Amino acid sequence: MTQPAFDVVIVGAGIVGSACALECTRARLRVLVLDAGCIGGGATAAGMGQIVVMDDSEAEFALTRYSQQLWDEWAPGLPSDVEFSRCGSLWVAVDEEEMAEVTRKERYYRERDVAVEVLDGKQVASAEPNLRPGLAGGLRVPGDSVIYPPCAARFFLEQACTCGAEVRERTPVQALTGRTVRLRDDSTVSAGVVVNATGSWAAELTAGVEVRPRKGHLVITDRYPGFVRHQVVELGYLKSAHSLDADSVAFNVQPRPNGQVLIGSSRQFGTNDPAVEPAMLSRMLSRACEYIPNLTRLSALRAWTGFRAATTDKQPLIGPSPSQAGLWLATGHEGLGITTSLATARLLVDQLLQRKSAIAREPYLPDRRTEPEALATARTDRR
Amino acid sequence: MGPERSFDVLIVGAGPAGMAAAWAARASGQRVGVVDDNPSWGGQIWRGETARSRSAQVRHWLERAQGSGAELLAGTRVVASPGPDRLWAERADERLTLSYRRLILATGARERFLPFPGWTLPGVLGAGGLQALVKNGLPIEGRRVVVAGSGPLLLAVAAYLRHKGAIIPLIAEQAPWNRLARFGLGLIRQPAKALQALFLRSQLWNVRYQTSCHPTAAKGPTRLEAVELRGPAGSRTVECDYLACGFGLVPNLELPRLLGCAVEAEVIVINEWQQTSVPEVYCAGEPTGIGGVELALVEGQIAGYAATEQRERARRLWGLRGRGRDFARRLESAFALHQDLLQLPTAETIVCRCEDVTWTRLQPYTSWRSAKLQTRCGMGPCQGRVCGPALEFLRGWERESAGVALGTPRPPVFPARLSSLVQEE
Amino acid sequence: MNSSQSVTINGQPASVPAGVSVSVALALAGSEAGRRSVSGQMRGPLCGMGVCFECRVTIDGLPHRLGCQTPVRDGMEIETDGP
Repeated sequence: MTQPAFDVVIVGAGIVGSACALECTRARLRVLVLDAGCIGGGATAAGMGQIVVMDDSEAEFALTRYSQQLWDEWAPGLPSDVEFSRCGSLWVAVDEEEMAEVTRKERYYRERDVAVEVLDGKQVASAEPNLRPGLAGGLRVPGDSVIYPPCAARFFLEQACTCGAEVRERTPVQALTGRTVRLRDDSTVSAGVVVNATGSWAAELTAGVEVRPRKGHLVITDRYPGFVRHQVVELGYLKSAHSLDADSVAFNVQPRPNGQVLIGSSRQFGTNDPAVEPAMLSRMLSRACEYIPNLTRLSALRAWTGFRAATTDKQPLIGPSPSQAGLWLATGHEGLGITTSLATARLLVDQLLQRKSAIAREPYLPDRRTEPEALATARTDRR
Repeated sequence: MGPERSFDVLIVGAGPAGMAAAWAARASGQRVGVVDDNPSWGGQIWRGETARSRSAQVRHWLERAQGSGAELLAGTRVVASPGPDRLWAERADERLTLSYRRLILATGARERFLPFPGWTLPGVLGAGGLQALVKNGLPIEGRRVVVAGSGPLLLAVAAYLRHKGAIIPLIAEQAPWNRLARFGLGLIRQPAKALQALFLRSQLWNVRYQTSCHPTAAKGPTRLEAVELRGPAGSRTVECDYLACGFGLVPNLELPRLLGCAVEAEVIVINEWQQTSVPEVYCAGEPTGIGGVELALVEGQIAGYAATEQRERARRLWGLRGRGRDFARRLESAFALHQDLLQLPTAETIVCRCEDVTWTRLQPYTSWRSAKLQTRCGMGPCQGRVCGPALEFLRGWERESAGVALGTPRPPVFPARLSSLVQEE
Repeated sequence: MNSSQSVTINGQPASVPAGVSVSVALALAGSEAGRRSVSGQMRGPLCGMGVCFECRVTIDGLPHRLGCQTPVRDGMEIETDGP
């Protein structure tokens, strides 16, 4: 039997696919990465580039925390165009009910050794002078960061290529199995294993994968240095992120290091039309202006949309496909793809090599019930 | 905060095409509104013209437009379309919601800029750009201006600047003489145009018009002091105070495309009534194909008549339009950009002026989208209007990625205040 | 004839003819270069028609206003990025 051309073929050169490629090359696997468009051109380009811990569930916390630590290890070595900025997050509370939530979060994070600080109304106003007066307070998470993801994806792939990985952009995949990828020109590539890291398109290539596209709008302004200092987000964000069906918006702004202000967020199911919808944009901007009234006078340069990959239980899919031998999934990251890309890569390669992981893998397994049986490793003998 | 206005016919652009459309549409008695960013009628080519203009044609059309009864909304820029048959437009202090039954897009054209060493120095402007500043009060008397680039606009600009007292050492046209001569012979078929060309030449009778000649560098420590040019006889350096340099015209397609109008060969597709693929939207002038003032006036009238059910009057202008289109095609062919211009940028030449992305920084990328994502080229306030056409010529990059469909263009059509993008309850 | 208008440019008073654009007012006061680019170069207007955004200056406290598209007004305060 002939050797497969590559140990691992990764379909999707977004932040998740790129991180997986790098981790695979560090494990001395021969890697090919394919993308229908350009590196980091999907949700990776569209999203807000945040690296945050989240506490909606233990599983979410574990993954985001582990991955944030991995990002922090990378930070000093990232090139300047990745724009790594440890601006911290500021969750803002409008009333006493939301302050109770702040208190709960503070305890939760403190118990898990995540540095956080509770701010009262005066302190929150001082931390972010452009917030409207009268807010109840907030929670500052100084360890959170933001990056510019398309350059991070490119950087990871460059590192992978120095270890022998191959990357083919503008190479759409027609079909894939666990051992073969068929390209649009009908040629095929043989693989030890295949990884579906195509984000919101995952179900198009792998039937039965429960990933739905979840549309989001964003706006970026001209340069206003110092206008916001933290990634600022409303406590209602989680309600929006985790509502199962309704269209929703939540206040979320982020300072880019060059002074531009990035504004989000919105969520919609049931559409894969990338057009910007003025009504949705208006709703999102209105919500943002409720928290930061001075936003109304800023100049908006561009608006765009992207599609998050949403699963039914809000955890990503990291591990072997239950239906096809050799096929692995690294998708379904919803709004946390940037944050959890590095941990995803680690967990994936841990499983490929059957080595222990730093955190429990069960919550993210595509077949969420049992650990997969031992599978033949992808590595082939090279003598 | 957001006054609402409603029109039977709304026209975007108050240049020649928009003026002609307004006058023609008003003959029907319907309510007509015209939106333009500038303070008065005229667009770019007739900027600041008044009833005292030297040109009979300008006076004639100004009188028609001003007397038509169309409402001019000046200082107003369309930024988005919140729904069918509505546009949002921004002014200095407010946002207007404009409703219409029929829309005529006469959004005109802008200059094509090509990057070369020193082109970012203060004192280097477009040809139309410098003309616009002089029309807005910039004193040019006694100043030395090199006019360069490509197209008949260079002659019109040079003549205007000369009239205002500028010294023009040279007009440098990149097209070769044999192409222009062929075009010139073609003008015999169009006597009015030949006369116009002669008139321009007479105003410029002792100004050097050098063909196959283009700038290679703008020089000066902090501001333009001289221009280096290359021509058939070699290189020369010309001291000057301004360089007025543009390489032809690019139609403004952003608003038509946002509204879903079909595009083919980089112009808006229209039928014999100037109607686009969106039934209630018409288009006239440069966005249907660069063709100059005469064609814009004819197309504007056809659109204005057709949009108000005055079909017979529209039909009578088809012949004139056909001849105007022939002229436009030959013009385009005469002034096509020569491949020598592909050498204009050197490694450190800034290509994207908004984000200061250099030519060398763009080398590794093979598509507009990947260059944009990795270098931020095209992500600035000009929204790619300056660097886009340059890179299309220099690298063959289309504004949309060949690989993955990008969907319709996005609002805002121009940078807009956030408040202009929010619907009042 | 043209009346003149008083503006301030970077805190300095200047008298300019009525009806000129802010970019022209800057040129009359000594330099048309009003904007510092992201890599630190001083830039002046390029397109003259509100498309290139090189002419951005702060007018009456509001940044990123287009100098070439804004006529001066009496009492206007113009701030540039300085030489």
